Amino acid sequence: MKIFLRHLFEGTLTLLVVFLFTTIVLLVSGAPPFAAYYHIFIGSLGSWIKLGQVIQVWIPLTLCAVGLLYTFRIDLWNIGVEGQVMLGAVFTTAVLRIDAAKSMPMLFIGLSFVAGILGGATWAILAGVLKTKGGVNEIFAGLGLNFVGQGVILWLIFGPWRRPGIASMSGTELFPHELWLPFLPTFRLSPVGLVLALSALILTALLLRYTHIGLSLKAIGNNRDAAYLFGLKPDRNMIIAMIFAGGFAGLAGGIQVVGVYHRLLPAISSNYGYLALLVVMLANYNVWITPLVAFFFACLNVGSIQLPMMLELDSSLSGVIQGSLVLATLAVYSYRIRGKVSGGTPAI
Amino acid sequence: MTEIDITILFAGVVAGAAPIVLATLGETITEKAGIINLSLDGTILLSAMAAFVVAFETKSILLGFAFAAVVGGIVAAIVAFFSIYLNQSQVAVGFVLTLMTRDLAYFLGNSYSRLQGPQVLPLPIPFLKDIPFLGQILFNQNLLVYFSLVMIVFCWWYMYRTPLGLKLRSVGENPRASYARGINPKKQQMLYSICGGLLVGLAGATFSLSVKPGWGRPQGAEGVGWIALVLVIFGGWHPIKAAMGAYLFSFLQVIGIYCQGWLPTVPAQVFQVAPFPLMIFTLLVMSLAQKESVLNWAEDHIRMKSILAFLSGSVPTSLGKPFRQE
Repeated sequence: MKIFLRHLFEGTLTLLVVFLFTTIVLLVSGAPPFAAYYHIFIGSLGSWIKLGQVIQVWIPLTLCAVGLLYTFRIDLWNIGVEGQVMLGAVFTTAVLRIDAAKSMPMLFIGLSFVAGILGGATWAILAGVLKTKGGVNEIFAGLGLNFVGQGVILWLIFGPWRRPGIASMSGTELFPHELWLPFLPTFRLSPVGLVLALSALILTALLLRYTHIGLSLKAIGNNRDAAYLFGLKPDRNMIIAMIFAGGFAGLAGGIQVVGVYHRLLPAISSNYGYLALLVVMLANYNVWITPLVAFFFACLNVGSIQLPMMLELDSSLSGVIQGSLVLATLAVYSYRIRGKVSGGTPAI
Repeated sequence: MTEIDITILFAGVVAGAAPIVLATLGETITEKAGIINLSLDGTILLSAMAAFVVAFETKSILLGFAFAAVVGGIVAAIVAFFSIYLNQSQVAVGFVLTLMTRDLAYFLGNSYSRLQGPQVLPLPIPFLKDIPFLGQILFNQNLLVYFSLVMIVFCWWYMYRTPLGLKLRSVGENPRASYARGINPKKQQMLYSICGGLLVGLAGATFSLSVKPGWGRPQGAEGVGWIALVLVIFGGWHPIKAAMGAYLFSFLQVIGIYCQGWLPTVPAQVFQVAPFPLMIFTLLVMSLAQKESVLNWAEDHIRMKSILAFLSGSVPTSLGKPFRQE
């Protein structure tokens, strides 16, 4: 009970800090704060269609976040997840552009997902090998590859895959309707993506909790040298973690192509990769809290789309709220740790 | 190319490098004291926005720069505070701030997009600008370029030739030992994080008030912060080498613009992302140059040996590992 009360107090404190900060930001920009909050709320949970849009964002966000659980467990900062989504989208599009795809849609949609997973994993392995063999920090390797991924997409859209007539930022030509994922009418949402994201979540929970892989990742992440002496192979396990992260991110990119936009766009990854890093940090690397945080972040993202239309504000307010939430949580959390130390328990 | 072209080319390189030099020097100072401020990319944008908005509203370029420096200092102070006093990962906090400051910049600067604002005016230095060739490159610029040039020398002198600089370096190398010598590592790290942040803030202002004047989404300075972070590594945590890296980068950027004219068949997107594979490649070479097998092989190749000696830089031993008092 005491622990519960403390968590409640800390949670309230965190939210209060974030609320105050965001309100100040809104006041500085001369916007009515409560109108902004109202539009974010109505714009995300105000109707079934809006909820469908939230889930549509939740799917790639959760897939990316779930993949990051593997890399964080082995103490890797997989910033490259953004580029892994992009390459997944590119590989998926490549398969669906094959002429025969229209005649066997089910087979080719399935194949395109496999290709997406491969695409994301390839990009992740590249960053992983640069780290393990080349000694390049995974943050810079991943980040560089993100920019390269963006370049690849732009080049394809304006080059080999440009729309007949005129190439533009609106992306490649739409796929024929046979190659769209079927979707639920009330939500305008494809159940296939939802099922895939939920399966990824459950698979990860099981893998990390009950298998040798999960244990190895954790052991190496906690103490690399000890794990090495124990006979675990840090380099190989890092690559394995990267493959999982890249594979899930690639699948997310594939779902964005087949189920949401039905074409390749320059902004296909929509920053979901970067956002997923925040999701996992806020969830404190916990498998079951991750989808909940992802849902909340998805609400903020979808809701803030209303801001430019309704109040002529930039939609990046969601990013401000999300970032300050993570920082406030880190601050409150570390304050608790500090309290413990002064309370007489020995420091770790 | 005629001789005039070369002068213009190099003058462009020096002018374009000014903000990158400032950001790289700022981060070098911070990292030399043992703190990684990963938030550079966002900080540059936020301070660029702040500089433009303040200069636009007050019609004072000086206030714009002052405000931007303060913004940079505050963000750096947050990173340092979370690390030094709250024991949080510098990388985690820095990354969150990278995203958050960028979004904050886009949000707050939204109504100032695509406006015509004040700009830093050129300020040729009399007599010096008449030196053939060099005069046009170095002394027919604006005040910021001169400032960035002076800062390179100043940073080097401060770090390696003053007692204060010795303190700064000792904290980054071995905070425990410097603590025993009566230095407070936490205060030092906080101080130099903020100093570094001020320079990063000025770098942002240099973008929005001089190199890429104006504000918008995107501003055009996106990605530069990451480049600066890599240049610090490239420079081996030495201010002069890091600044040379910044000029090299600026040179490649300018060459890239020329190349686009020469090779119209290569899509523009290739040139835009070209710095990033190059960045990975540089880090790869830097890292391989430290490997024992490579060093042994270089023993027989005098020229390779000197190249490797240039590339080798020592990372501050306690970089990213804050001092814990027990």
